[in-house]
Amino acid sequence: MPNSNIEAKKVLKAKPKLSAKEFVRERPEVPMAIGLLVVFLSGWELIVHIFDVPIIMVPAPSDIYYSLADNLTSISFLYHFWVTFSEVVAGFILGASVGLLLGGFIGEFRLLEKTVYPYIVALQTVPKVAVAPIIVIWFGFGITSKIVIAAMIAFFPVLANTIVGLHAAPADQLELLRAYTATRWQIFFKLKIPQALPYIFVGLNVAIVLAVIGAIVGEFVGAQAGLGYLIMQRNFSMDMAGTFAILVVLSAMGFSLHAIIQRAQKIIVFWMESEDDNTTGA
Amino acid sequence: MLIEASELSKIYRSRDGEPIHALHDIRFSIKDGEFVTIVGTSGCGKSTLLKILTGTLSKTTGSITLQDQQIVGPSRDLGIVFQAPVLLPWRTILENVLLPIELQGQNFVEYKERANELLKLVGLEGFEDKYPGELSGGMQQRVGICRALVHDPSLLLMDEPFGALDAMTREQMNLELLRIWRAHRKTVMLVTHSIPEAVFLADRVFVMSPRPGRIVEIIDVNLPRPRTLKMINSTDFGSYVEKIRVHFDSLGGID
Repeated sequence: MPNSNIEAKKVLKAKPKLSAKEFVRERPEVPMAIGLLVVFLSGWELIVHIFDVPIIMVPAPSDIYYSLADNLTSISFLYHFWVTFSEVVAGFILGASVGLLLGGFIGEFRLLEKTVYPYIVALQTVPKVAVAPIIVIWFGFGITSKIVIAAMIAFFPVLANTIVGLHAAPADQLELLRAYTATRWQIFFKLKIPQALPYIFVGLNVAIVLAVIGAIVGEFVGAQAGLGYLIMQRNFSMDMAGTFAILVVLSAMGFSLHAIIQRAQKIIVFWMESEDDNTTGA
Repeated sequence: MLIEASELSKIYRSRDGEPIHALHDIRFSIKDGEFVTIVGTSGCGKSTLLKILTGTLSKTTGSITLQDQQIVGPSRDLGIVFQAPVLLPWRTILENVLLPIELQGQNFVEYKERANELLKLVGLEGFEDKYPGELSGGMQQRVGICRALVHDPSLLLMDEPFGALDAMTREQMNLELLRIWRAHRKTVMLVTHSIPEAVFLADRVFVMSPRPGRIVEIIDVNLPRPRTLKMINSTDFGSYVEKIRVHFDSLGGID
């Protein structure tokens, strides 16, 4: 009886190869989603051409595509991309680290949760976009101010989820470890941290998307390079197709970083069946 | 005597400040190697008693000793099995079994062999590197029993260990537990809701009753060992069950 149980689980895990027909029957949402995109883009293209919408108002998808193709082969564009990408990644790492560390302390020490945490929550009511100009003054027009802004926005969801996660260890597991003479630190590292990981990843998934927003906002306020800076430039020169092309690149960047974190989550929190992408808040 | 309790009591405060006598004037002593079961309705304080024994809950008054030492905190000389297996899902079966060793900072390698032997004893050979999620409930509970025995404690505490299992698996586990007990000669204290289970396993049955939580009778079970499932149908067995049931009929039944 127990053995059949295991066999059943193995069968579920193995994905058999499907023919195209079977694939459509099994997962009809895939061709439907692609179809929807094709209909949307061709509708857009048609409307722009039929009504002769000026390209400085709404560029056709084909215009955006050509602009994108030009961009991706230009060294200067790749440089701007690299600047923004670095700001996002560095800001995310900084914000997530501070969030994890602070969350670890606040989650473990009740006194901190009652004294420090309310102030941190109160600070969250200040719109960080409104603080961005101050940060640029303090840290200059270079890459540092953008990292700080991205980190500032990214840090809170990691902090909040770490705290919640550290309280997530079930009472029976806590009692088990205590009864087996675990010390406070053993309980923290061997039980609370692993139990918090699924929550921490929820925070990281939100944080990475917020870090992109933070970096772009920082570049809008004042920068010498980066995709946000480039959007401003192209807007001034009425290069709408070019602006849209940057939006495509930015969303691709956010999407890929998000996917990397989800992949890491699947590997690290291997014992949880991940509920696919139910993170919100961005 | 391995365990001795005298005038042991535990009083909780309810939310409106009323004292609740979870345990009242508990007295018993348990010899080394004895198998004691505790039956009682819910709220009779049996889980409270077990928690005091594990050292995770403090007593209010009285005395309770384990190997002549007052119990003031968790002891290393103790194995515990709960109703749920409570395995850590990110650890392999072997790592789960070795958890007490790791927490007590003892030599991992030295006990690995013992862990493997225990797993073999409960029929889980070959599952060492699997994760808890891959095992059925009964198999997980067996892992929990191995974990409770791996550090070779003198006392094994079990809080309704088979309550979540189906009747067939439960009988199997009872037999298996007796087999392990014979092989290792631990002292066992087992809490259960099932009167037949309590009689089947025990040298002595403690019958507890609520408000205030107390031991109303201690029954010696003089059935021959090793016990077999056939004994359950014997008249002797029946009269033990009857003797215990009387307490609950007057109290409004066992839940």
